[in-house]
Amino acid sequence: MPVVDLEPCSDFTDWQPVARHLLTDGIPPEQVSWCTGPAQDLFAVDDEVRSPGYLPEQRRATPLKVSRRFVDLARFAASHSDPARFDLLYRLLWRISHGERELLANSLDPMVHRANQWAKEVGRDRHKMRAFVRFREVSLRDVSTPANPEQTAFIAWFEPEHFILNLNAEFFCRRFHNMDWSIVSPYQSLHWQQQQLYVGAGSDPSQVPQQDALEDYWRCYYAHIFNPARLKVQAMCREMPKKYWHNLPEAPLIPQLIKTADQRTRTMLAAPTHAQGKLPENTRFRREAWLAREDSGESDNR
Amino acid sequence: MELIQKLAILADAAKYDASCASSGTISRDAKASSTGIGSTSGGMGICHSYAPDGRCISLLKILLTNLCIYDCLYCVNRHSSNVQRARFTTSEVVDLTLGFYRRNYIEGLFLSSGVIRDPDYTMEQLVEVARSLREDHAFGGYIHLKTIPDADPRLHALAGRYADRLSINIEMPTNQGLERFAPEKNHRAIQHSMARLKDHIDESREDRQQARKQLPHKSKPTLRVKRRPPRQERFAPAGQSTQMIVGADDSNDAIILHNSHRLYRQFGMRRVYYSAFSPIPDASSALPLQSPPLVREHRLYQADWLLRFYRFDVNELVDDTRQPMLDLDIDPKLAWALRHRDWFPIDVNRASREQLLRVPGLGPRNVQRILSTRRFRRLRLADLKAMRLSLKKIKPFVSAADYHPGRETDNATLRAQLTENDTPQLALF
Repeated sequence: MPVVDLEPCSDFTDWQPVARHLLTDGIPPEQVSWCTGPAQDLFAVDDEVRSPGYLPEQRRATPLKVSRRFVDLARFAASHSDPARFDLLYRLLWRISHGERELLANSLDPMVHRANQWAKEVGRDRHKMRAFVRFREVSLRDVSTPANPEQTAFIAWFEPEHFILNLNAEFFCRRFHNMDWSIVSPYQSLHWQQQQLYVGAGSDPSQVPQQDALEDYWRCYYAHIFNPARLKVQAMCREMPKKYWHNLPEAPLIPQLIKTADQRTRTMLAAPTHAQGKLPENTRFRREAWLAREDSGESDNR
Repeated sequence: MELIQKLAILADAAKYDASCASSGTISRDAKASSTGIGSTSGGMGICHSYAPDGRCISLLKILLTNLCIYDCLYCVNRHSSNVQRARFTTSEVVDLTLGFYRRNYIEGLFLSSGVIRDPDYTMEQLVEVARSLREDHAFGGYIHLKTIPDADPRLHALAGRYADRLSINIEMPTNQGLERFAPEKNHRAIQHSMARLKDHIDESREDRQQARKQLPHKSKPTLRVKRRPPRQERFAPAGQSTQMIVGADDSNDAIILHNSHRLYRQFGMRRVYYSAFSPIPDASSALPLQSPPLVREHRLYQADWLLRFYRFDVNELVDDTRQPMLDLDIDPKLAWALRHRDWFPIDVNRASREQLLRVPGLGPRNVQRILSTRRFRRLRLADLKAMRLSLKKIKPFVSAADYHPGRETDNATLRAQLTENDTPQLALF
């Protein structure tokens, strides 16, 4: 009975070669024991995901080519934090290769439903990571490279829900191709230095810079861009869940902004905010004069 | 004045501009240059943060200056206003944009401005910011430039070379409204400019399609192998958008939606934004004392969505004489369904896509799910529930393998039952 040992944070790239190997050897899912992490045996078959159609005697030729749709689904679902994912994905793979070719189109099948759910959660987490990673700039006084003459690097701390760093590596590499950056999470870290990607161990928040020169500007911008006459806190929390707040530099402003919104609106309506002098009347736009200037052929060269 | 103080004033001045998405442009990345930064994708932009008004923050949305020689009554920055004034230099805007972008705070820049000195000068400054970002810093992120209708058309043409999206505000739903509330603006100039932008955009798109046809490979562009026509052929790849202020004048929803429909059709607008008139300090007496209910703006967006994605016609949603205003209590799709009970119940196992799209509570994605899943078996009510649909909403309008609403569809009290209970927004703190 094959026992497969995978790290808790393994994803598709670790699972795929194993699954392919097992499939080629014709080993059915019931006989595989997937272990993620120390002393955890997840062999126990979960009743609600038992495949009803599988008969042990049937041994078809296992094609090594699998549909794009399955690969895309597995690539995401395999990054989920649920330890049962490798077992389920292999069961799906087995079923698809043994007579249920269109299985994934049946979204009501319990296994498909769960895999889709995982993929959806991973997709959402991945998107939120692209949105909420916040870099801080550090200067690297003694390190100067041709690609990085200013000697700075950008470091971010992020806490994803699932093991998604690898799924976002290419995005950050493309966007920040010409700057050195690192994203550090509890389970893994990515480092981009001189157009090379390095994958490192996880760490803790004390290892990243605690300040940044522009963060005050960002907070200032955040505080001033919203309209206090329109509060929609529920909508905000739905898209920017509180679980991310402790790593967002603008989040500490939110309680105060909400509390003062009503007051600010009323003050704004009651009186002018600043007693500045009005602009001189002769600077007002005179459209006819403006059009006449153009018509008279006066040059606009400056 | 300190830079951070300018930022406070000029971000504040920009908050009434609703059109700040970062989506719909072509794909770019920084690999093309050795010093550049930034990427975009062809699909949705990314919302890097959310403000307590529920709006997404995707771009650095600022005014270059809030000085202005126009005196539009509804605008907080109008010439006769008492507001504190400030002005960025073009390089300050460039540096802020790059600094924020590197830290992954934003997808790009949304730059507007009050009109200073004259329309041409202002437009030149706006274009200069975009030019500097693209040419001096190889910036590949998103740029949205507001466009001033009275400026020289050559400046408009230049703006499109650097920006992803351009927009000109139509401001008021009617020409008379514009004359009354924005006396320095001219509706003909606005529409001429929109038409000109449309021509540039269409021409550039056609050129790109032609160039792509002449490529040696037939393959779909992938991330690695990108065959792109030379830069100067791309004019505002994310198209143009516009904004209308709702509730400052007495235009009803029928006028507004007919106007939107015309804007989409005539100028190829990507988006029309509806900005509920918001109270401003030191307001003119010509303005209403109160803003329209926020939910009116929400309903207009819902109606707008129905027009664009659900194949509704404007006349199905509003009517000049009998129903000029959208229902505030229920969404426009449900309102339509209640007016057309003879369409229902719709059989989820037999109906066409068009018919399914008419069911309140069914969006395009779930319609697709229904269409593909029903190949395997007949759908029951429990299956619809498993798709996370709101059964309460759809039950009166559909039938499934094990369910029929019976007389529920024609129930006179149905509307009351389905009206959302709007509980007031309670603060969380």
